[in-house]
Amino acid sequence: MKTITFTVNGNPVTLDVSEDANLLSVLNDDLELAGAKEGCGAGECGACTVIVDGVAVTSCLYPACEADGRVVETVEGLVLESGSLHPLQRTFVDYGAVQCGFCTPGMVMSAKALLDKYPNPNEQEVKVALAGNICRCTGYTQIVEAVLAAAEEMKK
Amino acid sequence: MTRKEERLLPEVERAVRAPEELVVVGKRIPKSDALYKVLGQAQYIYDMQLPGMLYGKILWSERAHAKIISIDTSEAEKVPGVRAVITAQNTPEIRIGFMKDQPVLKKDKVRSFRDEVAAVAATSWEAAEEAISRIKVVYEDLPGIFSPEEAMEEGAPLIHEMDARGKELKDNRIRLPWKLVCGDLEKGKAEATCTVTTSYEVPAVNHCCMGTSACIASFDAGDNLTIYDITQIPSLAKADFLEALKAMGAKGRVRVITPTIGGGFGSKLDTYGYQYIAMLLSHRTKRPVKIVFTREEEFFATSPRQQAKFTITQGCDKEGYLTFREVNATLDNGAYISWGATTPSVMMMPMSSLYRVPNIEFKSTCIYTNNTWAQAMRGYGNPQATFAIDCNMDELAEKAGIDPVEFRRRNANIPGEETPQGFLPRTCGHRECLEAVVEKMGYEGRQSGIVEGTPKARGMGVASLIHVGGGAKIYRSDGCATSIKIDDDGWVDVFSGSQDIGQGLDTVLRQIVAEVLGFKPEKVKIHVGDTDTCGWDAGCHASRSTFVAGNSAKVCAEIVRAQMVANFAAQLEVAEDAISITEGEVLAQTDDPDKQVTKVERLLRRAHMTGRGNTMFMASNFWEPNNKLLAGDFHGNFSMAYTYGVHGVELEVDTETGQVDVINYVAAHDIGKAINPMLLDGQAYGGIMQGIGYALTEEMLFDKGKLLNPNFRDYKILTCLDVVPIEAIIVETDDPEGPFGAKGVGEPGLVPVAPAIANAIYDAVGIRLRRLPMTPDRVLEALWAKAGKAIA
Ligand code: FES
Ligand code: FES
Repeated sequence: MKTITFTVNGNPVTLDVSEDANLLSVLNDDLELAGAKEGCGAGECGACTVIVDGVAVTSCLYPACEADGRVVETVEGLVLESGSLHPLQRTFVDYGAVQCGFCTPGMVMSAKALLDKYPNPNEQEVKVALAGNICRCTGYTQIVEAVLAAAEEMKK
Repeated sequence: MTRKEERLLPEVERAVRAPEELVVVGKRIPKSDALYKVLGQAQYIYDMQLPGMLYGKILWSERAHAKIISIDTSEAEKVPGVRAVITAQNTPEIRIGFMKDQPVLKKDKVRSFRDEVAAVAATSWEAAEEAISRIKVVYEDLPGIFSPEEAMEEGAPLIHEMDARGKELKDNRIRLPWKLVCGDLEKGKAEATCTVTTSYEVPAVNHCCMGTSACIASFDAGDNLTIYDITQIPSLAKADFLEALKAMGAKGRVRVITPTIGGGFGSKLDTYGYQYIAMLLSHRTKRPVKIVFTREEEFFATSPRQQAKFTITQGCDKEGYLTFREVNATLDNGAYISWGATTPSVMMMPMSSLYRVPNIEFKSTCIYTNNTWAQAMRGYGNPQATFAIDCNMDELAEKAGIDPVEFRRRNANIPGEETPQGFLPRTCGHRECLEAVVEKMGYEGRQSGIVEGTPKARGMGVASLIHVGGGAKIYRSDGCATSIKIDDDGWVDVFSGSQDIGQGLDTVLRQIVAEVLGFKPEKVKIHVGDTDTCGWDAGCHASRSTFVAGNSAKVCAEIVRAQMVANFAAQLEVAEDAISITEGEVLAQTDDPDKQVTKVERLLRRAHMTGRGNTMFMASNFWEPNNKLLAGDFHGNFSMAYTYGVHGVELEVDTETGQVDVINYVAAHDIGKAINPMLLDGQAYGGIMQGIGYALTEEMLFDKGKLLNPNFRDYKILTCLDVVPIEAIIVETDDPEGPFGAKGVGEPGLVPVAPAIANAIYDAVGIRLRRLPMTPDRVLEALWAKAGKAIA
């Protein structure tokens, strides 16, 4: 066991985690943040994507101990302080980018990491940023549209 | 041959509102649960935790085909936290599959690597895994059979020695007589001036639902089972589970509850062993038991679309009209029977009714092997069959010297004509779809072949589809139940037997009910996936939900609306036909200005809370479509409507690497009426991308029954980088039987993708790939073979 302290969605947390625990299980089980999903447990599907220190990571492979002292963002923390949806959440809903929704939290977080760094991406950049997130339902078209629309929205 | 003997159906009266009057139907309304999903709040089964819950794990067979000599579970039982270890020896036998050829836990022998040999329930996943690893099984290997050809050889070992009734089996052929004969094959052959015979092969592919298979089984003190499940067929699964309960000696009832489902695509059309294992473990331990598949298990232990081979001959006369079609299909069923063994019943649909062809013979055999056993996947047998038909169409067109598009024009389906199998499509936009695609693609002026100065060649190809769009009567009932209640605060609850697996049925029903009632869609909540509160439905399959559940909801809403209108008319002292309800307001044609516009809530409350009325508005309705079970010879009209489509693809083949890049995709679907164009686009985009995967990248690779690529590294499904520009064209033919004119469209997007791509590759480089997926190495090999021939 190791004691770690990190920030999740703006809140500091301290907890004991086992050395081999991954961040996904700590989020899902210890912190009861169920948004990040396990689709493969092997870093291949992106359903578990969260943002650590500004970078999108697959939390199923990310050692929980590594999160010590870092800033973690999950889909649960996306809602703006005003209480309204983050533009990405809004556009995912409005553009039909959500079907079964299993990929959605990871998809949204990968997109957020992109837009936080590059507020003005072109279509190809969006596709590259989301390349690690598999979606079996939508065929991605409406997801890419939603991300580009959110980028527009955020410029306003 | 001319088509004088067209059998046209009488025109049917239309009872739908004119499109311009529709307020909610036809609008791009976001999926009802999308909000919860983007917030990370939607509850999937993986997120569920019940008090005292245990974790279940399964020991899978380590052999493809072997006798089980002994199973020693003593070490497993000693693992701290283990609460139960079960095998066939210490549990009642439960048999599953519609031919009941499979015991849930295998007793005497295993027939595939996904056979369940034992299972454990423990207080943690880790303990359960540890216990599984300590179970010792002694096997005695039997010769394995891994292809239908081997399985059919003289003296091949039997995979099943007897059927479920104890009757001895003589060979590995499954006794399902899939044979369809229409017209007179010999006559059709005699009339043909040009024929082409070719063979095609399709691989096993996995649904790859992003949420893996999972359930939680829980018994209460009265022996009643509640199972939290991800099934596409709540009512049918309930019946299956109830049967198992009886086998277990439990006298209680079954409740199936489905939380949010992480993808379906047909994978959840049958029940699987793990669900019964969770039930057995829960019954044994008196605690809820959860089983969740790993991705590896999801790949090797769920049932894929099966491998199949087709030999097809079609012939046409000198004017280019098809005179006959003769097809033989052999399917690798795998070790046990599930719905995969019935996919030929759906293959018959395009075989008989895609393009107008009067004389047909289709035969199919499903063969037991020691491979994984097959299931249904989006389109059922249709994509496989359409690959054979629509590739052969191009080969025949070429031989007959007719352009492929022109050939399809001549043979396209038309509305109102009974097809040779006896389908009665009242609406059919096949020709409109074809023209729309051809025009959008710029087919006529296309430049095929090498792009100058590059190693790349361009080509275009088209393919068509027919699919059931008005239910599919494969069980004795193809109906759906709906109940609606309206509370006096104006909120509407709709309880539908149908299911949402992400496709948006929840939203479609919401729109239909809101439209009929004249309420705002936000006021309508759709409840599905609880067999205690929702009535019977045949399940989310066959693209039937919008049509059947939609009609059921529509009729139910009309009953409730009539109740309201009668009451409101009395309240407002006007005639019933002077009342209309729209967007939550009741409009009355009256001179009294106080009564002209009233909020519906006000009238609802007055209806409920005044001494005069004391009434509330609610109704239930079971809607059964007027389709027919197929007769013994598989003829009959088993759907009330048929969906058509044409896909066109433009692509580039890199002649140096074999890489195929789709550069433009146009898909037109005749779906009757778009209830929600945004969700419809999503079905088209998603289906087409799955279809491109089927065409170009996806294949389950087996070595002697063992799956070699049970992960997303080695099993290639398309990512965002593979997205192609897709133009989804909606053709509305306003079907007289559909809710607001709509036909089903869940599956069609996938159906004709592979043949369209194969045809475009041929157009580009003149090679004919007859085996899926069309990977770069297969493309290169064919290119070399062609060049070799040219040199020789
Ligand atoms: S669950 Fe982490 S990448 Fe799939
Ligand atoms: S919406 Fe189902 S996996 Fe993306």
